[in-house]
Amino acid sequence: MNKIKNLWATRRDSVIAFGIVIAAYIVVQIMSMTGNISYSLKGMLVPICAYVVMAVSLNLTVGVLGELSLGHAGFMSVGAFTGIVVTTVLTDAVPSDGLRLAIAMVVAAAAAAVVGVIVGVPVLRLSGDYLAIVTLAACEIIKSIVNVLYIGMDSKGLHLSIVKQSFTLEEGGKMIINGPIGVSGINKISTFTAGFVLILITLFVILNLINSRHGRAIMAVRDNKIAADSIGISTTRYKLLAFVISAAFAGMAGTLYAMNYSTVTAAKFDFNLSILVLVFVVLGGLGNIWGSVIAAALLTVLPELLRKLNFNDYRMLIYAILLIALMLFNNSKLKQMLLERRGSKKAAKTEGEVA
Amino acid sequence: MKKLFSMIMAGAMMVGLLAGCGNNDAGTTAAFKIGGTGPLTGGAAIYGNAVKNGAQIAVDEINALGGMQFELNIQDDEHDPEKAVNAYSNLMDWGMQVSLLAVTSKPGEAISANHFEDRVFGLTPSASAPAVAEGKDNVYQVCFSDPNQGTASANYIADQQLGEKIAVIYKNDDVYSTGIYETFIAQAQARGLNVVSTTTFTSASENDFNVQLTEAKNAGADLLFLPMYYTPASLILSQADSMGYEPKFFGVDGMDGILTVENFDTTLAEGVMLLTPFNADAQDEKTQAFVKKYQEQFGQIPNQFAADAYDCVYAYYQALTNANATPDMTAAQLCDLMMEQFSTMSFDGLTGEGMTWTNGLVSKSPKGMVIENGAYVGM
Repeated sequence: MNKIKNLWATRRDSVIAFGIVIAAYIVVQIMSMTGNISYSLKGMLVPICAYVVMAVSLNLTVGVLGELSLGHAGFMSVGAFTGIVVTTVLTDAVPSDGLRLAIAMVVAAAAAAVVGVIVGVPVLRLSGDYLAIVTLAACEIIKSIVNVLYIGMDSKGLHLSIVKQSFTLEEGGKMIINGPIGVSGINKISTFTAGFVLILITLFVILNLINSRHGRAIMAVRDNKIAADSIGISTTRYKLLAFVISAAFAGMAGTLYAMNYSTVTAAKFDFNLSILVLVFVVLGGLGNIWGSVIAAALLTVLPELLRKLNFNDYRMLIYAILLIALMLFNNSKLKQMLLERRGSKKAAKTEGEVA
Repeated sequence: MKKLFSMIMAGAMMVGLLAGCGNNDAGTTAAFKIGGTGPLTGGAAIYGNAVKNGAQIAVDEINALGGMQFELNIQDDEHDPEKAVNAYSNLMDWGMQVSLLAVTSKPGEAISANHFEDRVFGLTPSASAPAVAEGKDNVYQVCFSDPNQGTASANYIADQQLGEKIAVIYKNDDVYSTGIYETFIAQAQARGLNVVSTTTFTSASENDFNVQLTEAKNAGADLLFLPMYYTPASLILSQADSMGYEPKFFGVDGMDGILTVENFDTTLAEGVMLLTPFNADAQDEKTQAFVKKYQEQFGQIPNQFAADAYDCVYAYYQALTNANATPDMTAAQLCDLMMEQFSTMSFDGLTGEGMTWTNGLVSKSPKGMVIENGAYVGM
């Protein structure tokens, strides 16, 4: 009992984050077992998982490291297309869907991490607005490259060309990525359970990182770079560490997302998507991991919920107004008052316990 | 703690709402529920709304006959595959029985897989990529598929000897444009057409075409093939005019509608040739009645998308009547009936006489049109 109390006291945020995710999973499972789940919700489960992972991983860069990155969708794109190539190549070699998805995610994470290093090393020398702009550019560069990428597979193996399709496939060969036409005929293997496991892994890694020595070093870099430097923390190293881990998880989310649709194009992963994920993070609270989980899930469901409620024509307008309202609330005195009241109650409670 | 509690309560409420909506009663009214998705907002909204309006006119006409009744529900997909899947799910909860699939290609491709899995029959007015219908026995197209248009254009240009030196400008981040270009270029080679310049643009660079036009001009092209929608095409026409370059222009069905672009000097479009299945100025009774109604209700001249959607609804009307289908049938039952009907029936619509389908692809012949005195004239 004491142990649990300790856990609650020291790792409250982690407990809440895991609690929310597990509870949601159980609720959805019960709903689908009893047949109470709507078609809409069922269709959105996997994208919700992907967005939650995106938001949590971006929170590591924006909230914990304190650097504004607008290029998160780029890493998702790398992960998505890597995942597609890997699953297509392994179709015969690994018959189990779950295992194939897991392998694809690992490879996608590695690919996104490599791109993360390539982008991160020059970019993390910058800070503030400059960093935001350069990550935005990186995202657009990734989009443009994937847009002119042609990958095909036949009995001789993989063929790759850029800008123009310079290879011809043998009889029975298959185009995997077809330039601007994107990917067609994906075998959908993402499941809600896979998404759930991915969220748990993401939460486990990122929450433990935050609460570790490395995490404290990252936050020290965020709070005061000069002070962190002066006590011997290698700021570049820790910045890069957070950035690359964040990119790797975005890659995994990309695979999960792509394998849920029969078609994907590079154009989907543009800066609008980066901004969308950033909105999840900001509304959920910078550095607040469980806030990101809730914000990502609710804001993904919200437009569809408005569709259900027959606001068809004004759906996106209401969505935007709600976003503005939430932003205002987040910055308002009302919220501060609520928090203070909660804080004073808590203080009174602990005082009572001491006495 | 309180906050956490309220959060959980809010979450539970949300889930409850969604779950509640799932149990919508299907088939209390004796009408067939036709659903579809399309971009009603965003950059491609003009196509989505045209389809919505065209289909609505057909539904109203059929309902006014008093026999078979239809209920139409077009959901917004913002021209995004992810949103299209959401919109499709929403329609399934609503109790959709037969579907108009999606208006644009990529969303159409995404949800056609769902149609195939759920055994819902889909007949798309305008999602023209071949991947939409490929490998799905219950997805049919009313429009030409993209490769079809590229081949037909190349053949048309070769047969009519429209140009000696041909230049192509296409949008290389767009499925529609790239799809037509690829088959056009293959057929052009096969027919021995002389393509002297090929240039591209993307949605990010579709507001300036001086580079592409200069290259075409320097290469001495006398025919410019423009496989794209009419918005960029209208800009190409005016920029070519301002640089004094006057080749012949040849477009495909996306060019249809160029005369309705706001602030566009329609005299620039004089002599532009295009392949399109629909001509709002055609003199037959059906077309004229449709155009008149459309103008009265929506204040615009209908484009090919509206006509395709109108045809879709009437094709359903014919097939459902022939199959003696009743509104209390499930989507899967209707799917089997529709597959049987569409693979055997022949349909006369605004966009073609005697349309038949093989493997979901329609066979109808594109009409060559040329713009003269601000109106389309058959070539």
